[in-house]
Amino acid sequence: MISFKAATGLALGYALTMSAALAGELVINSDQSDPAPKKAMETLLEGFKAAHPDVTIKWNNFDHEGYKSAIRNFLTADAPDVVSWYSGNRMAPFVKAGLFEDVTDLWTENKLDDQLKSAVKSMEIDGKKWGIPYSYYQWGIYYRKDIFAEQGITPPKNWAELVAACEKIKAAGMTPFAIGTKALWPTGGWFDYLNLRVNGYEFHMDLTAGKVPYTDPKVKAVFEKWAELVKPGYFLENHAAIDWQDAIPQFVQGKAPMYLMGNFAVAAMKDGGLKEEQIGFLQFPEITAGIPMAEDAPTESFHIPSGAKNKEDARKFLAYLATPEAQTKMNEVLGQLPVNNQSAKSNDPFLKAGFDMLANAYALAQFYDRDAPAEMAKVGMEGFQQFMVKPDNVDAILERLEKARGRIYK
Amino acid sequence: MPALSSAQIKILSKVAAMSSTVSATSGFWKRNQQRLAPWLFLAPGMIMFSIYVIIPIFQSIWISFYDWDGLGPKTWIGLGNYVELLDDEAFYTSLKNNILWLVLYLLAVPAGLAVALFLNQTVTGIRLYKSLFFFPFVISQVVVGLIFTWFYAPDFGLLSALIKTLTGQSIAILADERYVTLGIIAAGLWPQIAYCMILYLTGLNNINPEQVEAARMDGARGWSLLWNIILPQLGPATFIAIVVTVIGALRSFDLVSIMTDGGPYGSSRVLSFYMYEQALSEYGYRMGYGAAIAVVLFMIMMVFITLFIVRMLMRERHA
Repeated sequence: MISFKAATGLALGYALTMSAALAGELVINSDQSDPAPKKAMETLLEGFKAAHPDVTIKWNNFDHEGYKSAIRNFLTADAPDVVSWYSGNRMAPFVKAGLFEDVTDLWTENKLDDQLKSAVKSMEIDGKKWGIPYSYYQWGIYYRKDIFAEQGITPPKNWAELVAACEKIKAAGMTPFAIGTKALWPTGGWFDYLNLRVNGYEFHMDLTAGKVPYTDPKVKAVFEKWAELVKPGYFLENHAAIDWQDAIPQFVQGKAPMYLMGNFAVAAMKDGGLKEEQIGFLQFPEITAGIPMAEDAPTESFHIPSGAKNKEDARKFLAYLATPEAQTKMNEVLGQLPVNNQSAKSNDPFLKAGFDMLANAYALAQFYDRDAPAEMAKVGMEGFQQFMVKPDNVDAILERLEKARGRIYK
Repeated sequence: MPALSSAQIKILSKVAAMSSTVSATSGFWKRNQQRLAPWLFLAPGMIMFSIYVIIPIFQSIWISFYDWDGLGPKTWIGLGNYVELLDDEAFYTSLKNNILWLVLYLLAVPAGLAVALFLNQTVTGIRLYKSLFFFPFVISQVVVGLIFTWFYAPDFGLLSALIKTLTGQSIAILADERYVTLGIIAAGLWPQIAYCMILYLTGLNNINPEQVEAARMDGARGWSLLWNIILPQLGPATFIAIVVTVIGALRSFDLVSIMTDGGPYGSSRVLSFYMYEQALSEYGYRMGYGAAIAVVLFMIMMVFITLFIVRMLMRERHA
């Protein structure tokens, strides 16, 4: 949304006015600014208050985009006791700078290695754990069931079927895929899935870890597949001018009946007036036959800053957050999947589909901008966006990415 | 402002302490009173100015020689950041856009003059019209950016609807690398013209009516009256208008940030925005590289600032 940027200033201003906490008070900074996450957070805090009535909580809720810059300021200047952040490479700068507290003890004490198994890898740096994951969600193609039925399209299982479906939709006067790339990251989802399906999980991880050049023919092959969708105009035309939310109306109005997105998009689609039975979910189809299917499933987590004043209560909070009960309740409101595998299963059809898909996934990637270092992600996603506008520039783009790779991963 | 007042209090107490010592050791203070007093009075301003302006400039230059993420240790890399700048496509795009901004933004000066001349008449309600014309300058740049983003928005924006009915084609101005910077500059011109207008309106108020009268008697009218009589008297207003417009063009940041975030794929970046992106944005935190861009921008600004200062000093000497 356009107003995100405007609100950034407000969030920063707000951060400056916050004063140090009173003793015995638990200060939580987080970025649950959207309605559903905000409500989920409120549920979590209520649950925690009921379990620990002696702790008073001060919750500073930030604007989602502004939080990303604010966190650096408050971590170094006036650290709260608990912060929300992302796992994987996204937390690496803070861990390396010694700003996050090692919480491996919490994991061993509460036997979390078992319960939070799927997120162990993404919470670990240098063999230690740096936070508690509480939620993750699947990515995949959301499609309009009613329109597919009208056009006689069955959900595609492989690349050829996907392209054929696109052709049919285009011929019927619609644009197959909704997308808004103004904020760049939606392009990362496309690259992730194409690379995971064309070259597989190991190659994708090597690439995001900087071990493979972007000029590798295997990377080029990904863009060739992508071009098969870009060149015939299978994406919304003005995607570079709009944000992901701005593309939702096109999906709702049936002008673009497919959308590769995270599960959080379902709430927006329903708000737009779609009924649950109109929306379908399908796993990103197979491209290279025989490559095991890996998925994108970004994990969200809470951490304790090393400068926290009330670490004792912060640990209590994180321990509570890790429990199956807390995760069940919170994710029910959030519309996402609990990380704790002892949580109750949801009745939501999309979450069920997501749970089944992720349970059988070969491996989970975090997302391009969390797997790759931030700098590379920025240059990379800018390149992806340019490619989606000017697919003929692919060689120049890849060379630019390769140059950036040479600089960033020393 | 608490900082200011505490500094003032400090100075005051210093002065008080000194005056109390006058009687005791009358020698030093009495001898140097004349020389010290001006410095004491200047001190609050000088301290503020050095803390908030002078020292940060040198700090930025210093940081630009390091590779630093803002959190970890700094590594000295000498001119490394500058060498990288020379080979950075994005830097040249930003520089090119900055020049475009500089040139096109100056259109605000003649346009502001035109509006001012048009509004400089006595009709009932002219005050209302003047304030309406001035309105765009009063609203925040953020709001200007948002309004123009919607104005340009594909599908529902007023301008794109207009273009579509006229040409049959839809152009997403903010998603097209050819038009995006022009679109942002147009948004920037809207409040800037109002600003120049107000400068010229005050200038026109101060015009000597006798000279105009005399010129009329000599048969000057229309363009020749404007060019030979009015404009020379508007010199100071023109000078200020150009100064604020040039500075405004070089520090254009808010509109780029609000309207496109530097996109599509970085084609609407300007130096100040690129600096922010490298040093402070979500994917940035290359403090050294950002500082190097800041230094380059500072050098460019220095050219103009020096020109203005030299001109101002010349005038003062002539006066």
